[in-house]
Amino acid sequence: MTLSPLFWTYVKVVLLVATVPAIVGFVIVLAERRIMGFMQARLGPNRVGPQGVLQGLADLVKLVTKEDITPAKAEKAVHFLAPVLAVIPALTALAVIPFGPPVRIGKNMIPLWVADINIGLLFLLAITSIGVYGIILGGWSSNNKYSLLGGLRSAAQLVSYEVPMGLALVSVLLMSRSLSLVEIVRRQEATHLWFFFPGMIAFFIYFVAGVAETNRNPFDLPEAESELVSGFNTEYSGVKFAFFFLGEYTAMIIISCVAVTVFFGGWLQPFPHVKALQFLGLVPGAVWFLLKVGGFIFAYIWFRSTFPRYRFDQLMALGWKWLIPISLANILVVAFAILLFPGRTTGLVWLSWAFSGVFVVMYLLAKLRQKLAKRDRLAAVPQTVES
Amino acid sequence: MSDDKISQAEKDEAAYFAERAKAQASAAAAQSPSASGTQDAHTLFDVQEMELNFGPQHPSTHGVLRVVLKVDGEKILEAKPDMGFLHRGTEKLFETETYPMGIPHTDRMDYVAAATSNHAFCIAVETLLQVEVPRRAQLIRVILDELQRLSSHLVWLGTSGIDLGAVTPFWYAFREREQILDFFEEYCGARLTLNCMRIGGLPFDLTPGWTERLAEFIADVPARIDDYEQLLTDNRIWKKRTVGVGVISAEECVEWGLTGPILRASGVEWDLRRARPYECYDELDFVVPTRQGGDTYDRYIVRVQEMRQSVRIIQQCLAKLEPGEIRGKVPRVIKPVAEEVYASIESPKGEIGFYCVSNGTNKPYRMHVRPPSFINLQALPRLAKGHLVSDLVALIGTIDIVLGEVDR
Repeated sequence: MTLSPLFWTYVKVVLLVATVPAIVGFVIVLAERRIMGFMQARLGPNRVGPQGVLQGLADLVKLVTKEDITPAKAEKAVHFLAPVLAVIPALTALAVIPFGPPVRIGKNMIPLWVADINIGLLFLLAITSIGVYGIILGGWSSNNKYSLLGGLRSAAQLVSYEVPMGLALVSVLLMSRSLSLVEIVRRQEATHLWFFFPGMIAFFIYFVAGVAETNRNPFDLPEAESELVSGFNTEYSGVKFAFFFLGEYTAMIIISCVAVTVFFGGWLQPFPHVKALQFLGLVPGAVWFLLKVGGFIFAYIWFRSTFPRYRFDQLMALGWKWLIPISLANILVVAFAILLFPGRTTGLVWLSWAFSGVFVVMYLLAKLRQKLAKRDRLAAVPQTVES
Repeated sequence: MSDDKISQAEKDEAAYFAERAKAQASAAAAQSPSASGTQDAHTLFDVQEMELNFGPQHPSTHGVLRVVLKVDGEKILEAKPDMGFLHRGTEKLFETETYPMGIPHTDRMDYVAAATSNHAFCIAVETLLQVEVPRRAQLIRVILDELQRLSSHLVWLGTSGIDLGAVTPFWYAFREREQILDFFEEYCGARLTLNCMRIGGLPFDLTPGWTERLAEFIADVPARIDDYEQLLTDNRIWKKRTVGVGVISAEECVEWGLTGPILRASGVEWDLRRARPYECYDELDFVVPTRQGGDTYDRYIVRVQEMRQSVRIIQQCLAKLEPGEIRGKVPRVIKPVAEEVYASIESPKGEIGFYCVSNGTNKPYRMHVRPPSFINLQALPRLAKGHLVSDLVALIGTIDIVLGEVDR
């Protein structure tokens, strides 16, 4: 029996909208709290269910049954709309992400994406930037000075980090020659090269901008608990707060998914053309995809427990004075590498080696500098008892 | 008749408003060259000032401090600390109770460093009585002081890390602090409000095995401090947030009366343990760490170095410990001669001093405290001016205040 593609699309939409919040609530939040607990020499939630696996459910029940307070002087309609604006675009953006190669169910070939549109990447950037309004309007409509500061911060931050993010993706477009996310993955298969290697600089800029876009450490200024007491969501409680929460975590997933699709070969196994690693093909593509996304989520959590927070003006300086010029220069370099070498892939391979060399040298220099600084510091004051 | 009156009133009113407008215009003209000259350089838009209440229920004010901020966007134009939310009239309480009964009140002043407050109070009364403290008691007092300094600096490190968004050092620092508090608990039964010193000596001798366990723990501390430094010292973001924030010069520190790590981070080598040695500090080998920059980063470095020096001091004291008396010859009823003394020691926050006026009875006539937190807090408006709201959080952290001591 063949079913119409439209039927499958509906199934996938329902699955995405119904499962993503569940995944967010259960897996990521629990993983975040447990991993951070591990990194910070404490336990994390381990009471609800075995090893705390039901903590997400308990939190959900708490948030849903909580009183939903709207401040008396708030802008009521906007205050209601803001959390919706934070969630809906994030969930919509999931539509164009290819979670894996098409799978066969009976006689039907089911692609693991809702829609493969030819402007996929552009659509993603456009839709995710609508989510910003949720935060800005939420901060403004609460009629609270701290929330307003949070909203102002996020307005400036998100607008300025959209730019380097878009520019970083442009250099990938030069390699892929397509905006469709499925096509980008197929192109990486064809060139025998994940775009991470020739797009190393683009990737780092993309991910830094992505962390800033999602308001996570070290760029969590709009919430900045120790400064703004939660910032834009101070006045939100109950389900509305849960929506902001959901929006933030879904945005994290989207940034990770795009990073995986664009730079890390999407559903492809690592090095699909190396004979010795062929056995990795036994694992289905969708699993590879989820594993890679998990890696990024872990990086997010790792950042959160490692870094202090940037200050507002420093954040802007980082975006405008460093990321944007570097990403512009990177576009030039990539374009020349593609044009100068005969054939499309030779240039990319050379670029990969060059960038790898640069990164190794930079890493060694940074290590050396750190060592010298520590030596000077310890030399200044004797540290132990001379016996 | 009535029409005349009304018109006269209207005339008066019009004249009044005209005069007021003229006065305002001239005042604005007088102000504008200086005001616009300084403000326009920093503000891009003609924004309204906003008054922001920072605290008293704010996670980063380290207690119940309220700072009234005048901000332009996020830039602080003026910061006024408003305290007194924790005022309990401790100084008055001293007058109503006998000398030994005063010691527990000192616990409740700087509640993260009770031992040094106890110590300063005892030294003041001992100076009045001219009592000699036995050597073993002196050494144990120094050990307790330095343990307290370690734990107080650990609290500071953890909380000021959290203020700047670095959450992990907090948990590490509190893990070690917990162990230090265990040592206090074993010694005197309390973890925070220690009440661990008596006039003329100590209340108890050490429990068996305490010194060995302490030596074992203390030997491990430098490696733990390396851990915190690994997370913060060379961290680019940490440096960006602290270097050049809240710079204060040595002269200004002296003028404001600032003491402790703040003074030493501005390049003044002034530590009462070295400058006016009390107990047996003069025989101990330690360094008074100083830095030249006077900014938040230097204060951080100075405190971390002080923690390392505390470890050295404790190790030396443990090596010198010998059995002996723990209390000097103190009369059962303490009735000092009518006299006035000021005695001070180096607490983790700076100079904590007690000015004690005796009138020959068993209660002090007046007991004035010089609390380092209170005096260091004065500098906040000066430090915060022109910085951003985010920096205010860093500055409150770097001054290292305890509101119990500020308000008393």
